[in-house]
Amino acid sequence: MKQTFAELGFPGRLLAVEGLDGSGKSTQIHLLQRWLELQGLKVFFSEWNSSDLVKAATSKGKRRHLLSPTTFSLIHATDFADRYERQLIPLMRAGYLVLCDRYVFTAYARDTVRGCPEAWVRGLYGFAALPDLTFFLNAPLEVSEARIRDRRQEPKYFESGMDLRLSSDPHESFRMFQGRLLEQYLAMSTEFGFLVLDASLPVEAQQSVLRQLVAARIGLESFHVSKR
Amino acid sequence: MAKRNRRDGVGQAGQSLPPRVVVPPRTAKRFLGCGIPGVNPEDLTGRLIVVEGVDGSGRSTQIARLVHWLEGCGHATVQVGLKRSSLVSEELELAKQGNILGHITMSLFYATDFADQLENIMLPALKAGFMVLADRYIYTPMVRDLVRGLDEDWLMNLYGMAVVPDAVFYLNVSSEELVQRNFAKNHTLDYWESGMDLGLSRDMFDSFVKYQALVRRQFRRLATTHGFTLVDGEQSVEAVTEELQRKIESMLQGSEPCSKAVNVH
Repeated sequence: MKQTFAELGFPGRLLAVEGLDGSGKSTQIHLLQRWLELQGLKVFFSEWNSSDLVKAATSKGKRRHLLSPTTFSLIHATDFADRYERQLIPLMRAGYLVLCDRYVFTAYARDTVRGCPEAWVRGLYGFAALPDLTFFLNAPLEVSEARIRDRRQEPKYFESGMDLRLSSDPHESFRMFQGRLLEQYLAMSTEFGFLVLDASLPVEAQQSVLRQLVAARIGLESFHVSKR
Repeated sequence: MAKRNRRDGVGQAGQSLPPRVVVPPRTAKRFLGCGIPGVNPEDLTGRLIVVEGVDGSGRSTQIARLVHWLEGCGHATVQVGLKRSSLVSEELELAKQGNILGHITMSLFYATDFADQLENIMLPALKAGFMVLADRYIYTPMVRDLVRGLDEDWLMNLYGMAVVPDAVFYLNVSSEELVQRNFAKNHTLDYWESGMDLGLSRDMFDSFVKYQALVRRQFRRLATTHGFTLVDGEQSVEAVTEELQRKIESMLQGSEPCSKAVNVH
């Protein structure tokens, strides 16, 4: 069984936020980061799919639609590994509060919906410790879809699972794909002890719950930046 | 993808060759582990022939000669190798030069490169009944990763997508001979082939010898578990080719199985 960073004896704590596209993850995680920083705590924010070196290949693969379920899965695992080895692990050893916008569960959900064997995908991420807290922003499909629709006209190719040929209509494909992702997330919820937030509530209401949960479960006083 | 022959290869110009082409019997393939979603290994009727060995073992020369010979025998061939995918080969080269990636990241990057070639070149060719010649396969990256301390079960799962080859030939060459061949070719030792990232020694020559010994040990272990055929790479170029041809010929006639690869999972 996989262990959390705390169980592995790391002084740092890792908080992951998961949810569908348009569930409000970035907003909530940004407000959480501000709150922690304003208290003078050591905080670091890490985003899915953001390693410079790997991102070039990922963007190319996405732009030219070169990615199969297997290479999609592997290239994201490579990106994650790069951030894990070079950022997350050193920061966790240095006793930081690390906030992750998406973590391995995003890959578990997406890659299995794309048809990769679950055991294989979970095995790929076998090197990664579990987050100390995982929040799941549970938004009804209509809410997340409306948010994506407001932001841009068409959902992106891979984000809407167009590669799965579920439907030739991007919006219809998006709905079907996100629906399958939601099923995966909800199925993992108990297994990994997700803290589920109602993402259809006002931003402030969600943030309030989020902050209270963090304050109750993480001894924040031990993460102060050393004063000299 | 197809690489031109660099050497003359086998057979002399003007030599008469019989027009009859031997049709090899169909054999079923299997995946090392989970496989690739949506691909039935029974549809892969071609043959996958792998030549493994460290740099300087004569791999590329032998592959070129085998291609020449196989095409002469009427078999369609395709060649693959490491770092040749259209998806990530450039980025992988950059990563190697910068020497900044961690072991797990590097391993997954190589696996991505492999998967891209597997899905876009090897599987279609095997479905079409081609002879696929791999100038190194999953074993070189696995060996490199094992030497760097990565978990073997993790690697086996990762490469569970790979097709089990019909034959894996490992060209065995001693460290002393390798040093000489590397100097004769490049007059210098390669950073990665010397395992300089492992900190075995600050001295590149020392590091090369130590690293190659570690690599050899892992290759020999995999040779047993994955049923490689060991070939003495210190024989003459022609003698090595002849040995490979004999073994491939008998494999194509189906008289004797060339690779006794065992499924570890």
